[in-house]
Amino acid sequence: MTKRNRHGVWIAGLLAMLAAPPAVAEGNLTVVGWGGAYSEAQLKAQIEPFEAETGVDVTTESYSGGVAELKAQVESGAVTWDVIDMELSDAVRACDDGLLEPVGGLALVPAADGTPAAEDYLPGGLFECGVGTSYVSAIIAYNASAFAGDKPTQVADFFDLERFPGKRALYRNPSRTLELTLLADGVPGDKVYEVLATKEGQDRAFAKLDSIRSSIVWWEAGAQAPQLLADKEATMAIAWNGRIFNAQVKEKQPFEILWDAQVLELSAWVIAKDAPNRQAAEDFVVFASSPASLARVATYIPYGPSRRSASALVGKNPDTGIEMAPYLPTAPDHLANVVQLDPEFWATHGDVLNERFAAWLAQ
Amino acid sequence: MGTDSGKETPARRSRRRPKRRLATAKLRRRMTALLLVAPLLLFLGVMFLYPIALLLWRSVHDPLIADTMPRTIEALRDWDGRSLPGESAFAALVADLAAARADKMATKIGSRLNIEVAGLRRSVDRVARQAETLGHGPYRNAVVALDERWGEPESWRAVQRLGWRVTPLNYLAAADLQLDAEGRIVPKPADRRIYLALFGRTLWMSALVTAACLAIAYPLAYFLANLPERLSNILRIVVLVPLWTSLLVRTAAWIVLLQTQGVLNDLLVWSGVTSDAGRIKLIFNAFGTVVAMIHILLPFMVLTLYSVMKAIPDNYMRAAQSLGAGRIVAFWRVYVPSTRPGINAGCLLVFILATGYYITPALVGGDSGQMISNMIAYHMRETLNWGLAAALATMLLAAIVILFQVYSRFVGLDRFRLG
Repeated sequence: MTKRNRHGVWIAGLLAMLAAPPAVAEGNLTVVGWGGAYSEAQLKAQIEPFEAETGVDVTTESYSGGVAELKAQVESGAVTWDVIDMELSDAVRACDDGLLEPVGGLALVPAADGTPAAEDYLPGGLFECGVGTSYVSAIIAYNASAFAGDKPTQVADFFDLERFPGKRALYRNPSRTLELTLLADGVPGDKVYEVLATKEGQDRAFAKLDSIRSSIVWWEAGAQAPQLLADKEATMAIAWNGRIFNAQVKEKQPFEILWDAQVLELSAWVIAKDAPNRQAAEDFVVFASSPASLARVATYIPYGPSRRSASALVGKNPDTGIEMAPYLPTAPDHLANVVQLDPEFWATHGDVLNERFAAWLAQ
Repeated sequence: MGTDSGKETPARRSRRRPKRRLATAKLRRRMTALLLVAPLLLFLGVMFLYPIALLLWRSVHDPLIADTMPRTIEALRDWDGRSLPGESAFAALVADLAAARADKMATKIGSRLNIEVAGLRRSVDRVARQAETLGHGPYRNAVVALDERWGEPESWRAVQRLGWRVTPLNYLAAADLQLDAEGRIVPKPADRRIYLALFGRTLWMSALVTAACLAIAYPLAYFLANLPERLSNILRIVVLVPLWTSLLVRTAAWIVLLQTQGVLNDLLVWSGVTSDAGRIKLIFNAFGTVVAMIHILLPFMVLTLYSVMKAIPDNYMRAAQSLGAGRIVAFWRVYVPSTRPGINAGCLLVFILATGYYITPALVGGDSGQMISNMIAYHMRETLNWGLAAALATMLLAAIVILFQVYSRFVGLDRFRLG
């Protein structure tokens, strides 16, 4: 090869790099999850079996929720994510903004007894742009070693600083915080959003929060809540049930969950707009939403499967041998008073409530 | 021939030619220099000026509604803004939303209108979905029956206002203002005012951090510059190691030290200063944020001051003292004024870094330690209201530029030295 020719090859190579988007090898897939124990559960229960069955090479990434990164990818035309595990409220917003591919046409796996997927899913589990995965629950937990005598027995005790002194750890976000506040104030679960939609209801929630204002410690990342409880920075906390379970079982912390009321939130598999590996992405969503697959996730982390037929399939944790069904937020005796996080409500009232929450914090 | 012809004598011409040649040479040299720095200028333009310009533009440019609802905007052109608009506006709304639904734009319209008036998202969605069932009108009663919000002038005002391609709405929101029914600019209700207080807090906390950094860094830099080599080397490492340590590690270290069950509180309880129940809240508030920021920004001040102090000859102090000044007078009237360029540059550097600080307030700010940059990040990441985020960022930029102008007028721009 002459010198000139070699130059030509270099230039051609450079031009090709500039002109073509980074080539993606056939049979690749990028799945984006939440990181931590939840992503690990999905890796073992869903991603590895999928790789074994189809031969597709899956790359995993983690993100901290929200829609901003996806929006940046789609708007700049450089989409690298395929499948994302997204909170339903974010998924609805992303769908509104045209950042997701529709998944309504996917042929989902029916239940073992032949019930079609659409009927097997719990209400709200399927929508235009997303296929439900698991229910995560925002609950109130306490550190039993912090109270010598009486222990808290109901969510209302969260606001009782006299009987149960100590700091309260709260999620720095109006969604879930305001719902739990109203639940603790005696609003029944099915009326919470009705109340929260009115000015008076919002005043009521903020007044209730005001009553413990001086004792609040805020957290933002899910791992902080059990940490604050363990460090005794707080005696009671709003937390994700999976995180508290981990601390109870793996770290032997004396934490207890008050199951008399909870805010259930569904997350969903969504496919990014113009995903580079759309076919593999759709295959994965179908695979990872089968009842068996959803039940497998629940054996690793106590998040409730979003399909009716999956609940019966949840078995023991493969590592610890613990029977997982009683720890799920969807276990029958945990469903006494439940708010199911309403993405439509937050898409509509979120702007006002976020603003008011920020103003209240800044006071 | 007049006297002027004298100018054209060969002698003068030859005298002028070198001048011209010199000018050409100068120009050529300037062009070469420009050519040499052209890549740098291009880089600055692409990586620095262009994004800022884009940001400024994004804060005022909002074409979504103008592009997707042209008929409605046209129909509302002569509307008085108080009564309910006429049938033609309702017909235009239905036509626009039907077209938007076909282009998959209806949900975008809904979420944009919803920022102005909570609840309009659903109203847009209902009309867009049902547009076909409405047939050929009349539309007015049918649309109001579908969603009563279309019977309220407020909803129509939101559509009308968002019809401007270039909009002041983001800046109004960023200044805690809104438009009332008559289109006048009025303050937002008290329970929704956020940003002005946050701007004030940001500037105040930054000033506090700057002052504290100066007070701590000045003696430190003095020792660094004047101690014997061996000692000052050790001291220099002590100053630099934090600078090389990850910001997150340093912030986390402060959490360990200052939290209610942390080292400092344990010490206070052990020594009997406070009781176990009366532990002091030292972090997750403005205090903890200021402490952590001082620690993180201190090296910038120390190094700036050090580089200036190192260049001050010992003779100055000796000369002052030999002329009869005491040590303190000599220090105050000779040494300190010589370090002014370092003080100016250090304060400016730390202040500007502090106003844009984001991670530390986010981690240890709690609620009273949040700064405006946290709000900008919040609108970028969570609410996706990038227009408002851009407006807030622009206002912060403008505030800093103005302060910089005042500052440089006050102390003189030439009196800066960064080393």
